Amino acid sequence: MADFISGFWNMYVMGLVALSILFCVFVLVSNMTKREAGEVQLHGHVWDETLAEYNNPLPRWWLYLFWITIVFGIVYLVIYPGFGNHNADRGEHSQYYAEMQAAEAKYGPIFAKYQSMDLAAVAADPDANAMGKRLFLTYCAQCHGSAAQGNKGFPNLTDDEWNWGGEPEAIKTTILGGRMGVMPAFGPALGGEGVKDVANYVRSLSGLAHDSLRAQRGQEIFAANCVACHGPDAKGNPMLGAVNLTNKSWLYGSSEATIIETVTNGRQNQMPAWKDFLGEAKVHLLTAYVMSLSKEQK
Amino acid sequence: MAQSKHEKIERNVFLMIVLTLLTVSVGGLVEIVPLFFQHSTTTAIDYKGNELNVKPYDALRLTGRDIYIREGCYNCHSQMIRPFRAETERYGHYSVAGEYIYDHPFQWGSKRTGPDLARVGGRYSDEWQKVHLLNPRDVVPESNMPAFSWLDRPVKAGDIQDKMRALNKVGLHKYSDEEIAAAPAALEGKTELEAVVAYLQGLGKALQNVR
Repeated sequence: MADFISGFWNMYVMGLVALSILFCVFVLVSNMTKREAGEVQLHGHVWDETLAEYNNPLPRWWLYLFWITIVFGIVYLVIYPGFGNHNADRGEHSQYYAEMQAAEAKYGPIFAKYQSMDLAAVAADPDANAMGKRLFLTYCAQCHGSAAQGNKGFPNLTDDEWNWGGEPEAIKTTILGGRMGVMPAFGPALGGEGVKDVANYVRSLSGLAHDSLRAQRGQEIFAANCVACHGPDAKGNPMLGAVNLTNKSWLYGSSEATIIETVTNGRQNQMPAWKDFLGEAKVHLLTAYVMSLSKEQK
Repeated sequence: MAQSKHEKIERNVFLMIVLTLLTVSVGGLVEIVPLFFQHSTTTAIDYKGNELNVKPYDALRLTGRDIYIREGCYNCHSQMIRPFRAETERYGHYSVAGEYIYDHPFQWGSKRTGPDLARVGGRYSDEWQKVHLLNPRDVVPESNMPAFSWLDRPVKAGDIQDKMRALNKVGLHKYSDEEIAAAPAALEGKTELEAVVAYLQGLGKALQNVR
């Protein structure tokens, strides 16, 4: 309790606590009545002309309960902090750290065991997968969905498409360090018609319905503006998080309107970094779980 | 003892009121009053005395905070992580008093229908926060949080300077005249959605990534 701005407050708390306990004792003792032999005495005061009160002693059970509460209070102050500096190290902080240490002793070896194993081996381990699933549901499901199916703007993890690479180490790097995917806005540079042309070309790449005249014009615009990230064959670039445009997997949606929105305004997409929050061991388990998800699909 | 000692108290209502108030106030005098004279509750430090990086909310976050209060977010979201492993594993380091010195009033809440938000800052991307506020079901199909679809509208910036001056008076804030002068410009062209997201993304950064 060196936390107080002056030593006075320590004394203040101790003084008030001691005083109030003594006060309780005083109130109790000063109001005790001995049962006297013979007729029970009346209290002496009369209300409403005839209403009087017997001066009986306090009921035993009630009296003993009162004493017990006083003793309980004193015992409590001896065991727990509350009386100045006494037992100040037994507060909620130390209880919390004891809880954390007990958990570390219990679960630490399990995490260590899996961390020392190869990712592919962990992914094949059903116990590790059960742990990974619980971690996933707690930390990842808000964006990627409880079945890892993804959402608009948040990748599906159950398919075989990887914006940042699907190798075990690439997945682990993604979870550890996070990712920042940026698609610049091309609206101002291309103009409304230009964007529409590119959108039709992009739809043609994966065999979706499109206006072939627009797609033809769009191809030139694509070659001039988009290949730097998405590549000349539009298969994307996992180094930049540039998505593959030739398959059936769409991060934001495949409709013409959505693609026009993406090209016009660009997209900013962030995966937060988990290294410091979760630690390597849990990320290792999560990586294995994510790997097992896309295996199930195959 | 025919004449009991408390007869004097029972027959004097004013004395009884005074004594009752005195008795009732003991708990507060012991447990609440000393908190006003502790370093860890009045300065930006944790309970070990380490300095915390806690700053008064800037104009945009302050506006976002007021929208948070207006929409009643505190009815379902607490901002208070208790020192239990079950909570710190999910949310991060337990909350310490020094983090709240600029929360006036604080948003601890008392009920968790949704998750605790004390350390939600940086947990999700800005984009996620925006989509989620406008319609939570778009990203979390199981969610029962209401959609705040009207937030995508300009903030009302008219009273921001008065708010900051008021906080200088009642809180520990020390907004400088320059900061107050610059506040309306900082809100120019911002939507309520952006203000709330800015507020949320700044929550709990003082003790991030530690347990």
